[in-house]
Amino acid sequence: MHDVKTDAATGAAMDSAWSGGTPPFAMGSKKLGMWLFIVSDTLTFSVLLITYTYSRLTNPDWPKPFPMNPAIIFSTTMTVVLLASSLTMVMAVMAAQRNDRKAAVLWIIATMAGGLSFMGLHLREWFHLFEEGATITHNPWGTPQFGAVFFGITGMHMTHVLIGVIYLGIVATGYGRGKFSAEDVEVNGLYWHFVDLVWMFVFPLIYLMSVKY
Amino acid sequence: MNTNTHAEEAHAGASVGTNLAIWIGLVAITGLEVFLAYKQLQPTLMLTILVVLSLVKAAMIMSYFMHLKFEKFSLVLWLVPAMIFCICMMMIFFFPEAFRLLQLRPH
Repeated sequence: MHDVKTDAATGAAMDSAWSGGTPPFAMGSKKLGMWLFIVSDTLTFSVLLITYTYSRLTNPDWPKPFPMNPAIIFSTTMTVVLLASSLTMVMAVMAAQRNDRKAAVLWIIATMAGGLSFMGLHLREWFHLFEEGATITHNPWGTPQFGAVFFGITGMHMTHVLIGVIYLGIVATGYGRGKFSAEDVEVNGLYWHFVDLVWMFVFPLIYLMSVKY
Repeated sequence: MNTNTHAEEAHAGASVGTNLAIWIGLVAITGLEVFLAYKQLQPTLMLTILVVLSLVKAAMIMSYFMHLKFEKFSLVLWLVPAMIFCICMMMIFFFPEAFRLLQLRPH
């Protein structure tokens, strides 16, 4: 408090975030808004994963439809693909910050390719489960809740990936044409890394907790 | 001017090498998780280890890929405790009631 300089005429504090006129977290409103969205979406996924964990541990006949080979190897590949797309997004943000528009757009396109590959692999996994008789209300292995939980949580995540790919496409186009700034790429990056972060919980909790030996 | 300097500092982030090291670390932890699944641990122990490893991965992604380590610390203080508080509240209210309902389940 003693270090705060005051304006001689008004007595108001200067050089302080509380005096107004400066962003308190030294970032733009778009980035701050994305962080707030991420916090709220974290809570949405937390609810889904907490209730899933409860169902998983309290049902002794919880289905275990994922053999190490091929299902776990397949889902591990999906995880590495999504992680790789996060790394390409980091490169896109770094390119945008040094104002290299061409490189940034190419890295964003690489990120979109990663996202689309993840979705393709995931849909293949879904169709394989459909062929085995698993639906949202029924499965041939045990507790019927499995379908609702599996398709609900992975479907919610895949919706986020799809929205992320569309969002990346819009930002790549806008940034390439000079309409968007580096901050827009960074905010897009925050969303994409969040989608990756959620999968870091979905993959072990859904797949690795239901391995068929 | 002061604000611009802060913004530039915040945007500095980690180097390509550091980000690559973080990425390799994330892949390695994923590999460890798959190895644990292969070892067939008891479900509650397995769940505990997986949640801890996932939290470590989440912290790595948030700190480096999402630049939280390089933002003003007041942002971390604003976001993270509020999020943890909300998750704790959900768990405090959800589990006792859920386990009470479980005891009412017909056998």
